[in-house]
Amino acid sequence: MTTHDSYASATDTTEGRVYSVTGGDWDSLVTEIGQTKEERVVVNMGPQHPSTHGVLRLVLELEGETITEARAGIGYLHTGIEKNTEYRTWTQGVTFVTRMDYLAPIFNETAYCLSLEKLLGITNDIPERASEIRVLMMELNRISSHMVALGTGALELGALSPMIFAFREREKVLDVFEMISGLRMNMAYVRPGGVAQDLPKGAIAKIRETVKELRHNFKDNEKLLVGNSIWMLRTKGIGYLDLAGCTTLGITGPVLRSAGMPWDLRKTEPYCGYENYEFDVITTNTCDVYGRFLIRMQELEQSLRIIEQACDKLEKSEGQPVMVADKKIAWPSQLSVGSDGMGNSLEHIREIMGTSMESLIHHFKLVTEGFRVPAGQAYAAVESPRGETGVHLVSDGGTRPYRVHFREPSFNNLQATSAMAEGGMIADVIGAVASIDPVMGGVDR
Amino acid sequence: MPMSGAAADWNGIKSMGLEEKLPAGFALTSVEKLAGYMRKNSLWPATFGLACCAIEMMAFGGGRYDAARFGMEVFRASPRQADLMIVAGRVSNKMAPVLRQIYDQMAAPKWVIAMGACASSGGMFNNYAIVQGVDHVVPVDIYLPGCPPRPEMLMDAILKLHEHIGSEKLGVNREQVIREVEAAALAAKPTHQLKGLLA
Amino acid sequence: MSENNGMFGASGSGDTSGFGGLARSAANFGSSERPYGSYFDEITDELERAYPEFNSAIEKVVIDRGELTLHVKREKLFDTAMKLRDTQSLRFEVCLGVSGVHYPEDKTRELHAVYPLLSMTHNRRIRLEVSAPDSDPHIPSLVEVWAGNNWHERETWDMFGIIFDGHPGLTRILMPDDWPGHPQRKDYPLGGIPIEYKGATVPAPSERRSYR
Repeated sequence: MTTHDSYASATDTTEGRVYSVTGGDWDSLVTEIGQTKEERVVVNMGPQHPSTHGVLRLVLELEGETITEARAGIGYLHTGIEKNTEYRTWTQGVTFVTRMDYLAPIFNETAYCLSLEKLLGITNDIPERASEIRVLMMELNRISSHMVALGTGALELGALSPMIFAFREREKVLDVFEMISGLRMNMAYVRPGGVAQDLPKGAIAKIRETVKELRHNFKDNEKLLVGNSIWMLRTKGIGYLDLAGCTTLGITGPVLRSAGMPWDLRKTEPYCGYENYEFDVITTNTCDVYGRFLIRMQELEQSLRIIEQACDKLEKSEGQPVMVADKKIAWPSQLSVGSDGMGNSLEHIREIMGTSMESLIHHFKLVTEGFRVPAGQAYAAVESPRGETGVHLVSDGGTRPYRVHFREPSFNNLQATSAMAEGGMIADVIGAVASIDPVMGGVDR
Repeated sequence: MPMSGAAADWNGIKSMGLEEKLPAGFALTSVEKLAGYMRKNSLWPATFGLACCAIEMMAFGGGRYDAARFGMEVFRASPRQADLMIVAGRVSNKMAPVLRQIYDQMAAPKWVIAMGACASSGGMFNNYAIVQGVDHVVPVDIYLPGCPPRPEMLMDAILKLHEHIGSEKLGVNREQVIREVEAAALAAKPTHQLKGLLA
Repeated sequence: MSENNGMFGASGSGDTSGFGGLARSAANFGSSERPYGSYFDEITDELERAYPEFNSAIEKVVIDRGELTLHVKREKLFDTAMKLRDTQSLRFEVCLGVSGVHYPEDKTRELHAVYPLLSMTHNRRIRLEVSAPDSDPHIPSLVEVWAGNNWHERETWDMFGIIFDGHPGLTRILMPDDWPGHPQRKDYPLGGIPIEYKGATVPAPSERRSYR
């Protein structure tokens, strides 16, 4: 080794010698290890790794190629979002909370808003149009999230084309998001009391067109992977976790549904009007990575069905309000795109500056102080693409949350890594983690 | 062949009128320009996607905002083989030593883009857990604002970096440039005296 | 005589609205009275039937916003949890994690741990709440009842300092392993820094003037 690398030397620790493999030194490493009597090899798939689905650290104890012990190290993306929300108003909490599980931001926002609306007691006063828009955005988000799951899962197992196909479809969904909310990701669109702004003109037509294109293009990935012998060899029987394991670990989402249990919060505890939509809960009973992959692929089609039904409902409810009627809670302004970007629409400014003093006062108070939420605690959950996203909100009667705790499905489901990985080979860990589909922002918050 | 004397006469890079006057089959350039051209057109990024910005970075590598047209679709996992580290996402205090280690393992020449508000300055997360700007940990060449920045913004940042790389000086000229930059930095107005419109 | 500089400016905070002197206290909920409504009566009856020490274990039963919260004494937490999980009519197979809350004003009951429970068999949800004083922040671990609580309890230890007795490996999970302090407690600072930009300084979020 000609260069001096401060990370490359072997160090003696309480657990024995720790080697850093830095490239080009495999033969010297092997001879050194061969000279020791150690049988245990502990491999660290560090936080920066292309296949670990984000900043996840996997510590694997190996015997040959088989894993005897697997442990997941997390916390590399801990942002302290929950503590941050205690210093902002309730509405500003939406912008923080949306960045936890950054692939499914609408679900984070909706769970937070549902819990907050429970605390406020206005769950029944949310206008139907707002609930329909929420359902629409959630199902679109489910599609975009599953696309990333499929694309990156396939990429980690070595299939490169599905990633390109998946991201191509995701771009179409992000175009719709941009048209409706102004942003592609982390939109902060769902606010307590409803949604931030109504659908623009032409949105429904664009959505219908996108649905048609998506339905046609999903076949690309299907033809490529479903029934593909290499794919099936890599994923069948891998990452096995049966129903007993799932329930004791508290696992929900596609992992639970791959064990045969048709548990979907949209059916068992409907929210946002989901009881009025027709869709199926997809399950398989193989408990393996292939089963979860099939579930995600078929959930895409079910999401498209829900989106079409939501579009029908939205066409009928044209012109209805999208925010709760109580002016002391409802986010005041309608936004529109002006010459310098998105901001308060001119009609709203005309109203608050010219016509109505109450509107001005409400706007001012809501933006600076925020609304007050009666003391108490509430828990609300939604079915996000990864499982049950639950929000536990505690209020002390003020304008800021007292405690916001997110029960993120990725955090919970990642505990199954040990159960899925031990006894398998290194390459199977990657498949197992990809099938759990953790989003490290949600894991670490 | 490089003609260092004549290089000082050229203002632009594009038109080298000498080519028309030479017999066919010759082109003239300087080592600096050639090296810059080579480096910028096959800049391999290291995967350092952390959070939401990483998804936009992946979208940049995808089909619509094609990174392959710049030679950048190969996101090398090993920092030994990468030139560019795009720090995409929020760097927590636990991740900072890892970030430094990856940066150290990259071979010179290397550049860093701080993608997004969280990498540039800590973003909306002004708290105990996040490093307030990765320039506390690694030297940054381009700061890219946004939360998250669109793939087109990332492309703009990368193209600006390409221009910068294409015009980097080598050898004696490089040492001179470094001395000039250092002198300018020492003589520059400190940030807390920059009043902007308040002055 | 007196020295007056300038004719303008406020002394003190300058708040003439009177809202600055407003004192608000959010009282803790007392126990709710029967009938509880919906399936809550059934659950409490079943639990009472299955768990003879019900009255000494459950401190209060709170029905609020359509949710049932059982405040349990920490010594009886493990038994209550086993009964809730194993009794056929209750069958709360899934625990949705542990949420810690720190109430610094609630002397001798500062640290709360909240366990939302879900019964898939009966499609019901309740919540268990346990409290521990700051001076003795021990709560029995429920990892043997629901294995999924492993990481959740580690997170609650990391963020609040609640020690779960019987946990197989109670170490820091979100913060670096050698981090001092427990960040989400109310007495732990947010840790933000003031931002300087073009002559103006924006204070850290915890220092800003804002409504409470």
